[in-house]
Amino acid sequence: MEGLPILSLMMCVPLAGAALCLFSGAAAARWIALGATLVTFVLGVLLWSNYQIGGPQWQFTERAELFAGFSYALGIDGIALMLIMLSVFLMPVCILASWESVTKRVGEYMAAFLFMEVLMIGTFAAQDLFLFYVFFEAGLIPMYLIIGVWGGDNRIYASYKFFLYTLLGSVLMLIAMFWMVAEAGTSDIPTLMQYSFPPEAQTWLWLAFFASFAVKVPMWPLHTWLPDAHVQAPTAGSVILAGVLLKLGGYGFIRFSLPMFPEASAQFAWLVFMLSMIAVVYTSLVALVQNDMKKLIAYSSVAHMAIVTVGLFAFNVQGLEGAMIVMLSHGLVSGALFLCVGVIYDRLHTREIARYGGLAINMPYYALFFLLFTMASIGLPGTSGFVGEFLSLAGIYQTSSLVALICTTGIILGAAYMLYLYRRVAFGGQVNEDAAAMRDISAREWVMMAPIAAAVLWMGVYPESFLAPMRKDIATLDARLVAAAPASDARLAPGAPRAAAANALPHHEGQDHAGAKEGAH
Amino acid sequence: MEFAASFALVIPELVLIAAGLVLLLVAAWSGDKAARVIAIIAASALFAAGLLLVPGLHFGTDGPATFAFGGLIKVDSFALFAKALIYLSAIAALMVAPAFFNSAAAGIERGMRAEYPVLILFAAVGMSIMVSANDFMSLYLGLELNSLSAYVLAAILRRDSRSGEAGLKYFVLGALASGILLYGMSLLYGFTGGTSFAAVRAGLTGEMGIGALFGVIFVLSGLAFKISAVPFHMWTPDVYEGAPTPVTAFFATAPKVAAVALTARVVFEVFGGQVAAWQQIVMFTALASIIFGALGAIGQENLKRLLAYSSINNIGFILLGLAVANPSGASAMLVYLFIYVAMSIGSFVALLMLRGEDGALFETFADIRGLSVTQPAIAWALLMFMFSLAGIPPLLGFYSKFVVFQATIEAGLVAFGAIAIAASVIGAFYYIKFVKVMFFDEPAGVVTGKSNTGHWVLLGLCALIVSPLGYLLTPSLTDLADKAAASLFLPV
Repeated sequence: MEGLPILSLMMCVPLAGAALCLFSGAAAARWIALGATLVTFVLGVLLWSNYQIGGPQWQFTERAELFAGFSYALGIDGIALMLIMLSVFLMPVCILASWESVTKRVGEYMAAFLFMEVLMIGTFAAQDLFLFYVFFEAGLIPMYLIIGVWGGDNRIYASYKFFLYTLLGSVLMLIAMFWMVAEAGTSDIPTLMQYSFPPEAQTWLWLAFFASFAVKVPMWPLHTWLPDAHVQAPTAGSVILAGVLLKLGGYGFIRFSLPMFPEASAQFAWLVFMLSMIAVVYTSLVALVQNDMKKLIAYSSVAHMAIVTVGLFAFNVQGLEGAMIVMLSHGLVSGALFLCVGVIYDRLHTREIARYGGLAINMPYYALFFLLFTMASIGLPGTSGFVGEFLSLAGIYQTSSLVALICTTGIILGAAYMLYLYRRVAFGGQVNEDAAAMRDISAREWVMMAPIAAAVLWMGVYPESFLAPMRKDIATLDARLVAAAPASDARLAPGAPRAAAANALPHHEGQDHAGAKEGAH
Repeated sequence: MEFAASFALVIPELVLIAAGLVLLLVAAWSGDKAARVIAIIAASALFAAGLLLVPGLHFGTDGPATFAFGGLIKVDSFALFAKALIYLSAIAALMVAPAFFNSAAAGIERGMRAEYPVLILFAAVGMSIMVSANDFMSLYLGLELNSLSAYVLAAILRRDSRSGEAGLKYFVLGALASGILLYGMSLLYGFTGGTSFAAVRAGLTGEMGIGALFGVIFVLSGLAFKISAVPFHMWTPDVYEGAPTPVTAFFATAPKVAAVALTARVVFEVFGGQVAAWQQIVMFTALASIIFGALGAIGQENLKRLLAYSSINNIGFILLGLAVANPSGASAMLVYLFIYVAMSIGSFVALLMLRGEDGALFETFADIRGLSVTQPAIAWALLMFMFSLAGIPPLLGFYSKFVVFQATIEAGLVAFGAIAIAASVIGAFYYIKFVKVMFFDEPAGVVTGKSNTGHWVLLGLCALIVSPLGYLLTPSLTDLADKAAASLFLPV
């Protein structure tokens, strides 16, 4: 593996595929896209298997001075590795999900998705601040097209909202980046992660980065673009949006905000907690009354991402690990839930919950998968959702029991709206004839669902596979944060330890006295 | 001997002047039949003049060796950089012209006039003199030679009322601007006792009198007219809309480069000792141009008019680099100019390719609906130019914003930069409207005509520069721009 620029290669394959797709017909474009994403996935597996757990912090580094002002520098740590794996894993599924449902301008559609994959890998692998920005921001173009060209009826409004919201958030971050680079004299991310910016400057820098990441995550009250974008995007667009693009915000917090501005992060933790608590309760309640399946899942995404942000700002290892696992789990589960919606949308062309019912009777396998993902979304033990939410909430409980209390209600509410959704769609009588006549999932849909289901169970039963590569990086981050960590509200006051064990025998002279005192109580 | 050295410095201009005069005679004798040949020869002359700039550009030239004609002209790296851009833009304006004038797009007056290439050549000479001026006299000379050619170019479709209106408006407002500029120059002459840049600079040291300050402000206002910066921008949309499209493409590029370069030279070399006197003015103009350029564009239906507002918006960003008032700001400005020229030429060439079966041009949003289905190549190219103008990475337009904002922040103007970049989001709104109309709407299907190879070559070239591959150009571009900017800041 030495010397092979595997990260560049992982970006070149989909890029070449995208160029080919632009110039080929519909059938060819589908196969090219599937081939390119599968090759990238295989490369991703190679990447993971060659990643040395406990090795150097940054691996697979590449550097070339191709541009003036910033450099082409790539490299990953465990956190980036996991998120890259998530992206390359979801991409072939997205292509399969669009296999039949996308019929117009297939070549351009596939090209947009492959280009998106290049940008996502680039964002997670970039080791130069400005290179990161280029990849981060460039995602606007393909996503704008995906929503606008292949989206639903209100797609134009949704695409404008998505574009302008995200752009406004990001440009302020760019200004902050210029200031940081001028101050630190380098745009190298690993160096900046060790650099101590003056605390008063950190406040402003943190806010500028927050403007960008809070929109991306999205945090309440900046989340309103998400339900619109999700509802209007085609199924695969929603999968990518929920599965990977939202993770860019969380990744931004863990890569930039926390290690680069630890003091400001501690100072603003209350803000993040407030917004997250509101998001958990409010968006869960909103999800409860939705009639549109995609909208319901979109709101549930906002609630889940709020669990991520509280975990990140818990300033301890459990919180950080939990936030990462929630991100990975949510990427798989919400992606899968959007696929489940897509499967029945393709058959009946409506997302209205009331138009379905009793699907467990005529689509048993579909109902099975849907149930698994519903349970994973709720956080049932044995699924990936449980591991992440448990760790996150355990982490935040150490910092603030109030925040933990309120965020935990999100799990109860989550169970409420997801089970309610499931009951209305899959159980009950077959009230609608056309819904009752739908076929069960096809072989292609099996191929989409089964790997995600396997991954969800794997992460739920043996999360160590996913935690191990990240452990050292999270420990490093925690060590950097520990000095700035806000005080815990639990105010655990350890009692004065006994001078001697309770069962110590009083035959030593020095302990006689202590033993006597103990007896006096 | 001294005279010979002076002539050696201005060989590119001599080539252009000679070509212009000879071609004028050819045009007079053989009439419009020879227009095509004349255009080709004019483009070759511009290309040859451009080649002559290469050694100086590559090695960089500064200092006393660059003064010609007793200090009237100064052919330093900065002038060479600007000239190279001007000649390239002029060649593009010549390449796209014949197809336009020989088609139904030119209205009742079909057929290219032989004067067109000659006027472009003379305008290029005027601009060369502008950017290498080292004295207010040569500055004015160059400016007027360029402006007079430009007035005629705007009105070259004599029987088209819109073209005539554009020419007249441009002439009246241009003359007003020249008057303001002259008045400022005369004030400066009166208060400093010289017209050469060095003499005026020397006279402006120390506490500046109110009269001299007025001189500075009038000169800057006159120049702001020429670069169409807010609040002196109102002529731009009308002139851009009315003038024939190849001429608009020319106006949006070469004279902009020349006027911006001239402004940079005047503020740094002449007013360089009085930064406090003009920095706020430039900062205001920059912000106002960004905001008004963006807001004005929002309601426009005509694409040429929209691109006019877009050029006002871009001038705002270019002025950001000027407002920074240091070499890195000036260098950023030059990088921005280069990328701006590529994006503008590309956009206008794409507009020139929106033709119907009979060759008539379309220029409203309604006509380009669904263009991505009927003419995917043009639509994708326009998409790249628009996202690039909006400054979205990974297109090269992002790099132009990147360098000016980096210079702004490094100079400590953080709040100024933050406001400007937030205002740039307003601009994104109408750029993505282009994409929305071309990609999301149902096809209007009116753009059916074929375009000639020259258009395709230019479009492809500009798209290639604007594409992410253009980032590979940035090291050498930055190097050239740094050299050019450094020659503005030589110790006096």
